[in-house]
Amino acid sequence: MTSLDSTQQSRAKSRPLPAFTREQWVSLILLAGLALAASVAHFAGEPYFVDLASRIAIIALAGVGLNLALGFGGLVSFGHAAFFGLGGYTVSVGAFHAFNMTPILGIDFLPAGSDQMVPLWITAMSVCGVVAWLIGRISLGTSGVYFIMITLAFAQMIYYFAVSWPAYGGEDGLPIYIRNQFYGLDTTNSLVFFGLSFALLLLALGFCQRIMAARFGAALTMARLNPVRLATAGVEPRPIKQVAFVISGMITGLAGALYADLNGFVGPSMLSWHQSGEIMVIVILGGVGRLCGPLAGAILIVLMETFLGGLTEHWQFFLGLIILMVVLFAPGGVMGLLAGRARHA
Amino acid sequence: MTLSLILEQLLNGIQLGTMLFLMASGLTLVFGVMGLINLAHGSFYMTGAFVTAWVAGATGSFWLGLASGALAAAATGAIVEVLVVRRLYRRDHLDQVLATFALILIFSEGTRWLYGSSPLWLNVPESLTGSVTLPGGVSYSIYRLAIILMGVVVAVGLYLMISKTRLGMRIRAGENDREMIGALGVDISTLYTLIFALGAGLAGLAGATIGALQTVQVGMGEPVLILAFVVIVIGGIGSIKGALIGSLLVGVVDTLGRILLPDFFKLFMDASDAAGVGAALASMLIYLLMAIILAFKPHGLFAAND
Repeated sequence: MTSLDSTQQSRAKSRPLPAFTREQWVSLILLAGLALAASVAHFAGEPYFVDLASRIAIIALAGVGLNLALGFGGLVSFGHAAFFGLGGYTVSVGAFHAFNMTPILGIDFLPAGSDQMVPLWITAMSVCGVVAWLIGRISLGTSGVYFIMITLAFAQMIYYFAVSWPAYGGEDGLPIYIRNQFYGLDTTNSLVFFGLSFALLLLALGFCQRIMAARFGAALTMARLNPVRLATAGVEPRPIKQVAFVISGMITGLAGALYADLNGFVGPSMLSWHQSGEIMVIVILGGVGRLCGPLAGAILIVLMETFLGGLTEHWQFFLGLIILMVVLFAPGGVMGLLAGRARHA
Repeated sequence: MTLSLILEQLLNGIQLGTMLFLMASGLTLVFGVMGLINLAHGSFYMTGAFVTAWVAGATGSFWLGLASGALAAAATGAIVEVLVVRRLYRRDHLDQVLATFALILIFSEGTRWLYGSSPLWLNVPESLTGSVTLPGGVSYSIYRLAIILMGVVVAVGLYLMISKTRLGMRIRAGENDREMIGALGVDISTLYTLIFALGAGLAGLAGATIGALQTVQVGMGEPVLILAFVVIVIGGIGSIKGALIGSLLVGVVDTLGRILLPDFFKLFMDASDAAGVGAALASMLIYLLMAIILAFKPHGLFAAND
């Protein structure tokens, strides 16, 4: 790692960074803007718009998860709906058993679910972590288009399993009758729920920033740019990618857990490949490998859905056109437009 | 579980495999020659089905519908190639996935806009209705047999085209060395448009023929598209032979799995559980197959080039 350290030092010497880069300013404004919008909507008595802000925060969180694998690690996963959906199903199944007071999965010695968010979140993240570990273990042996397709295949596998497994609603999905609890807070209050989602988004962003600034981040970046060189420096690339993939899946799973509570419902559509595509769109539209790119993407997508959807029932047509235009003519995404080219372009 | 039922399901599997081959051969050609992942391939399938159902409904002639469906899909493919896809060849897979995902949104919503959201219906042509009794006492639909026959004709035709004609020679050359064939004076962009239109036309043909068996509706291309991707990944991306073998493998495994697995689980579970577990596992079976194949052969069974 000494060689990596010295290159970083020399870069820092040759190009002293200002205290706040333009990208950081943009990120800060986006975050503050989202929080402000939610608060204003709440005090103006518009819970619908607060929920919209929660949706943005949660979808952005899912994107932050994918961005770690896709943007920073170069692992183009087309199957992150698997984690999003599994997170959702974990919460929903837990709440279902807590509601009916039956043991989880019908196995007698397992506890009878839970209606507390924290244990549900931890379970959701653990489930997603294990599944991501398994998927990564097999998929990371492939690369390029094969990796895209094998992650898609695993997500489809889980999707079809959920569709054809009747115990938890099958094709119809599973409702959450009462939103789960978070200690003393009233989670049914839209602003409280937004606060929780927003806090988790901030935590995830901070965590990603920390690990990308650490040795792990340097190794992950190198695993994307030049795995051979990383191996030559004495760091095996595959375990690095594996860890990134697992963390990525866990963050997206947490987003799924929140999303289930936001909607009071999970269905197989959360596991579908359209969902994977949507998370991917958010990341790429926002700007690949930019810390707050997913937030920018989520804001754009949710606003377009809401306002285009209000104008015409064929809004998806125009959404498609806009995405197409961004890919063809603005490859850096929204962050690229707002904050200039990424430092590691 | 009689032998004739298994035989019938085997034929159904081959018929599904034929459909998948029509889809997968186009996908794999486009990937092999241009290096493009085209998620919007299912949209050409849908275009073929809708145009066929519409023309057949308006004129009363299935065959006229079939021809116009395949041609319309090919023409749509050519237009899409010139307007959009051409700009994506030099981009990385990420941009290709995203742009063609956007194309899916545009096509699906555009089709809903044009035809409305109620599904269309297409009848099997009169000359192919009914069923025949095959040796072994299996009664089987003539139309499905005709689809299998069409698949054989297309496979042989593709083989002859690629190995015997000048166009096929250029396609093979394009797979091997994109820059060199351009340097030798072949008009690459026309070649690419042709290949893309050919793939789209085949997908349209698949959609048109399957339209008589299923309802013609928005989103019908997506399940087939995903299966076709499984096929080309199993077969090895860029290989027509791989696409053929992968299609038949996926078609047969998927169809037989759905029939045999529930019965298999009945051997040691009670009937209702067995049906659930069997159905769940059967729908995952081809993805399991793909994961296992990729775990051992990361570039598929017949990787052409990488």
